[in-house]
Amino acid sequence: MLTAEERQEIKAELEHYPTKQAVCIDAMKIVQRHRGWVSDESIRDIGELLGMSVADLDGVATFYNLIHRKPVGRHVVMVCNSVSCWIMGYETIRQHLTSRLGIDFGETTPDGRFTLLPIVCLGACDRAPAMMIDDQFYGDLDPAKIDQLLEEFK
Amino acid sequence: MPEKPLTQHIPADRQALDLRAYESVGGYEGFRKALGGMTPQAMQQVVKDSGLRGRGGAGFPTGMKWSFTPMGADAPHPKYVVANADEMEPGTFKDRLLMEGNPHQLIEGLALAGFAIEADVAFIFIRGEYTLAQERLTRALAEAYEAGFLGKDILKSGYSLEMRLHVSGGRYMCGEETGLLNALEGKRANPRAKPPFPQVSGLWGKPTIVNNVETLSNIPHIVAKGAEWFKGLSHSPDAGTKLYGASGKVKRPGIWELPMSTTIRELLEEHAGGMRDGVRFRGLLPGGASTDFLVEEHLDTPMDFTSVQNAGSRLGTGTMIVLDDQTCPVGMTSNLTAFFAQESCGWCTPCWSGLGWAKQILAAMEEGHGKEGDLDKLSFQSKFWSPGHTFCALAPGAAEPLQSALKFFREDFERHIREQRCPWRA
Ligand SMILES: Cc1cc2nc3c(=O)[nH]c(=O)nc-3n(C[C@H](O)[C@H](O)[C@H](O)COP(=O)(O)O)c2cc1C
Ligand code: SF4
Ligand code: FES
Repeated sequence: MLTAEERQEIKAELEHYPTKQAVCIDAMKIVQRHRGWVSDESIRDIGELLGMSVADLDGVATFYNLIHRKPVGRHVVMVCNSVSCWIMGYETIRQHLTSRLGIDFGETTPDGRFTLLPIVCLGACDRAPAMMIDDQFYGDLDPAKIDQLLEEFK
Repeated sequence: MPEKPLTQHIPADRQALDLRAYESVGGYEGFRKALGGMTPQAMQQVVKDSGLRGRGGAGFPTGMKWSFTPMGADAPHPKYVVANADEMEPGTFKDRLLMEGNPHQLIEGLALAGFAIEADVAFIFIRGEYTLAQERLTRALAEAYEAGFLGKDILKSGYSLEMRLHVSGGRYMCGEETGLLNALEGKRANPRAKPPFPQVSGLWGKPTIVNNVETLSNIPHIVAKGAEWFKGLSHSPDAGTKLYGASGKVKRPGIWELPMSTTIRELLEEHAGGMRDGVRFRGLLPGGASTDFLVEEHLDTPMDFTSVQNAGSRLGTGTMIVLDDQTCPVGMTSNLTAFFAQESCGWCTPCWSGLGWAKQILAAMEEGHGKEGDLDKLSFQSKFWSPGHTFCALAPGAAEPLQSALKFFREDFERHIREQRCPWRA
């Protein structure tokens, strides 16, 4: 079930677009903002609200990188693996993160604190290597800076 | 000092100009001028005369793009203008600066584009990861509405325009003009067949123009100061300034607004400060991931659409990715190819299947499992990623770094196969 709040936020989006389908990505992002990810049940509920089939909606959901169709931890760490970061030491950053957190890409720490994901170029290549934690960007990374950053996210 | 109309007011810490600050340096003057007495046709003509070419990568003349829009009483409505703020081309980080530092400049440029084609609705389509730019644009949009620069009957001119920020779900294909339209309609961002062109049948079948953030940010200045002034900013017939950038192992990676046609050498040596100590220059991609490598012999090439093309590559986004001698060219090509393979939308076989195969060959080569004949396979596969064999420009873009790497760094590829290892790995 979508909450009243989620419903209301989705409906507010509808006013700005000529079709219901136009807001489906926003709708999934609204649900994700509240729950961290988009479950099968949420897909069904959003589909009902917008008059889309589950298959159509899931086809859209799986196309986009920033829609999580699996549960994630309290914080999502997205590490840029594109070319400039690769040149500037992405491998070191990746190895440090996977060994520090004890997880690989696509996994969540057992305490539910972090999910680790790769991401394409973050548009900050002058500050490579770079990553995001949740909505915040961090550049010019090295292992020491990463250790310090991870401490800030409980 | 050369003029820097796009960035001169952006402070070093990139704090955004608010409405008052923007207006105090001439902001919305172009918009007032246009709405106060120019016709949309005159607006289109100024942009045509200015010689402005699209900064999203393809360099299409902006005024000409607009002129294909049906105009007048019989034209279908609502018409749409869209700012392409997706910026997902690896190695590119220029639109971020323009949006974080001067959001009103983009809003004014997009509103002027709207006025020029008599649009009713404007979207800024921005990638999800640009959270700071989203915040600043949201605030700037509220200010612009409050001040009466957006909404109904703007400045009592009779012209009305609604503008919305639309945050993407994230995928490289959303930056492709027609993929973007599908994304805005809530669909997968597969490209659309052209014709019909978006100017005639775009969003929800209505006339739509899509322009890059940097392209649009130029418009207020062109309208306020004129086409001749804009041409005078450049060192060549490709008009205006350009945001140039450099990343990789240079001393000072960064972004600089300079006269169009500044040479690669000047960018590398003066602005980026040359290579870091202990590494040497080997080559560069002049304008993002989907451009051909250039090498030492090309350093005196002026960075403009025509010159870079004559040198065998493309200006693309104008943000250079520099390869040094401590970095493996095969590894770099492998990284680029993996990106394109991952982002292929799967519509055409030569793209998704060929890219997947090329990615595997390159990864194996890096791991020391390169085989005799691999290079021929890569050349053969990538021939089918050319325009005509594929539906959109993603695959042709993927072919550019791969084919040029095979040309300029062939000996490095051969050594990987011969020695069954990557010589750059310990
Ligand atoms: C795969 C692909 C991705 C693209 N991504 C972007 C992008 O992120 N931003 C952009 O402005 N143009 C991008 N483009 C170019 C657009 O298709 C289009 O040419 C451009 O937005 C037009 O704007 P302009 O005429 O102002 O340059 C991309 C093209 C392709 C093929
Ligand atoms: S070239 Fe690639 S990305 Fe473009 S339509 Fe074909 S499969 Fe999709
Ligand atoms: S390549 Fe990592 S931010 Fe651009």
